[in-house]
Amino acid sequence: MSSVLNSVAALGALFLQFVSALGVFALLLAKILARTTAILKRPRLIAAQVHFLGNHSLAIILVAGLFVGLVLGLQGYYTLRRYGSEQALGVLVALALVRELGPVIAALLFAGRAGTSLTAEIGLMKAGEQLSALETMAVDPIARVLGPRFFGGLIAVPLLAALFSAVGVLGGWLVGVALIGVDAGAFWSQMSDGVDFWNDIVNGVIKSAVFGLAVTHVALVQGYESKPTPDGVARATTLTVVAGSLAVLGLDFVLTALMFGDT
Amino acid sequence: MGPMTRQANSQSNVVAFRDLSFGYGDRRVIDRVSFEIQAGQVVALMGGSGVGKTTLLRLISGLVVPQQGHVEVFGACLNPKDQQALFDVRRRMGLLFQFGALFTDLTCFENVAFPLREHTTLSESMIQDLVMLKLECVGLRGAAMLKPAEISGGMARRVALARAIALDPELILYDEPFAGLDPISLGVTANLIRQLNSALGASSVVVTHDVTETFAIADRVMVFAPSPTGAQLIAQGTPQELRESRDPFVRQFLDGEVDGPVRFHYPAPPIGKALGLGGNP
Repeated sequence: MSSVLNSVAALGALFLQFVSALGVFALLLAKILARTTAILKRPRLIAAQVHFLGNHSLAIILVAGLFVGLVLGLQGYYTLRRYGSEQALGVLVALALVRELGPVIAALLFAGRAGTSLTAEIGLMKAGEQLSALETMAVDPIARVLGPRFFGGLIAVPLLAALFSAVGVLGGWLVGVALIGVDAGAFWSQMSDGVDFWNDIVNGVIKSAVFGLAVTHVALVQGYESKPTPDGVARATTLTVVAGSLAVLGLDFVLTALMFGDT
Repeated sequence: MGPMTRQANSQSNVVAFRDLSFGYGDRRVIDRVSFEIQAGQVVALMGGSGVGKTTLLRLISGLVVPQQGHVEVFGACLNPKDQQALFDVRRRMGLLFQFGALFTDLTCFENVAFPLREHTTLSESMIQDLVMLKLECVGLRGAAMLKPAEISGGMARRVALARAIALDPELILYDEPFAGLDPISLGVTANLIRQLNSALGASSVVVTHDVTETFAIADRVMVFAPSPTGAQLIAQGTPQELRESRDPFVRQFLDGEVDGPVRFHYPAPPIGKALGLGGNP
């Protein structure tokens, strides 16, 4: 009996923990957004973060995009051939990438590559009292440290997703057209007919912007709220990947249901 | 307790604690402490390790909020809710952290330039000159282009001092400036604190447990002692007055005696019981 009660209590505690984590998440988001004007007044700091976060993730994004495109080209070709519609390979590869794989995989890779470095950086700044030092110098660490990183991530992730999709399409072309010999004209023309600018591309960009916000903010919250010890920073870095990835996948389902439901 | 020579003129106070208590969670750290620090003086806050001295500095800079009572800085009560007012006060003070808290991704030069870049619109050549002057003050102009990881802990603290005085503060707070320094650096740092105080026309608050160096440079010393309800201010006065004090805690602290009001052991059950020896229960 008591073990049942214990597990119910543990479940409740877990739920409360989740809700309070959500509260911390929302509170810090509100604090950053409240400082938007102050943050946007210093575009150089944001540009530096876009460069730092984006540049560091570029290699992994491009290589991953290429391989995903190659695999999509192969698998797509095998499946489409059964129905005699290999010419649709272009549109299949492009839609899969632009609507789903580009935003999702780019955000997941970003969480692992740049998100962890954000969390560790902020956690170590906290451990080294650098955030306190900022405060005593009358510099707001939320506006000066978190803000530019937040907007940097928000800008970098859609750009990375776009590059991921672009390289992926090239990968699909490489396998389908250059290697297997699908008609190049059909490949490109079906793609340009089948991919709608607003429905597919803009929705994909919106998705990746939302993912960018989620992943970057999870990383910042984890760093900012981490215990300033080696153990605390290690935990926070791990949680960034776990929570960030789950947030991306969960949000992807919600956004897909909202965006593509009616067509 | 040494004789009190407190002046009633509140205009000349840079810092005043009014019946202030503070704790982390359930643990009370500061217990109903009141004192004033006069402008232009070098004041030392002394006490054993873990007595809450650093917390006193954090209270003065508004990094933590008292649970009871309040802190006045520059004649105005610190209001933790009003960030702008808090920042206006902090712009007039410099805090030297125990381990420097330098920005590890910036060079020493950029660390010292940081407050200037954040709070002023000075030209690059002006910043260059000011930073070099501040680094010259602490004797580290030659280390300007090194990263904090490339210099020693003592040097890092001197760079942090240059950063703390970059904006010519009216109040400089030092957190354990003497901890872990070799004898030469110790003397250099002590003189630096004294000289900066007069050169900048500032007031200084030094948190420390180093008796010799502190008594050589401080105008006034406040001694804090632990109690079950948190640290209490038990004596204050000039170094001379404290040397003549008969208070048992002050005597133990100044003379470094093992036995006295402060015990060596953290509170614990008797050792016999912990080892399971039984004896007399």
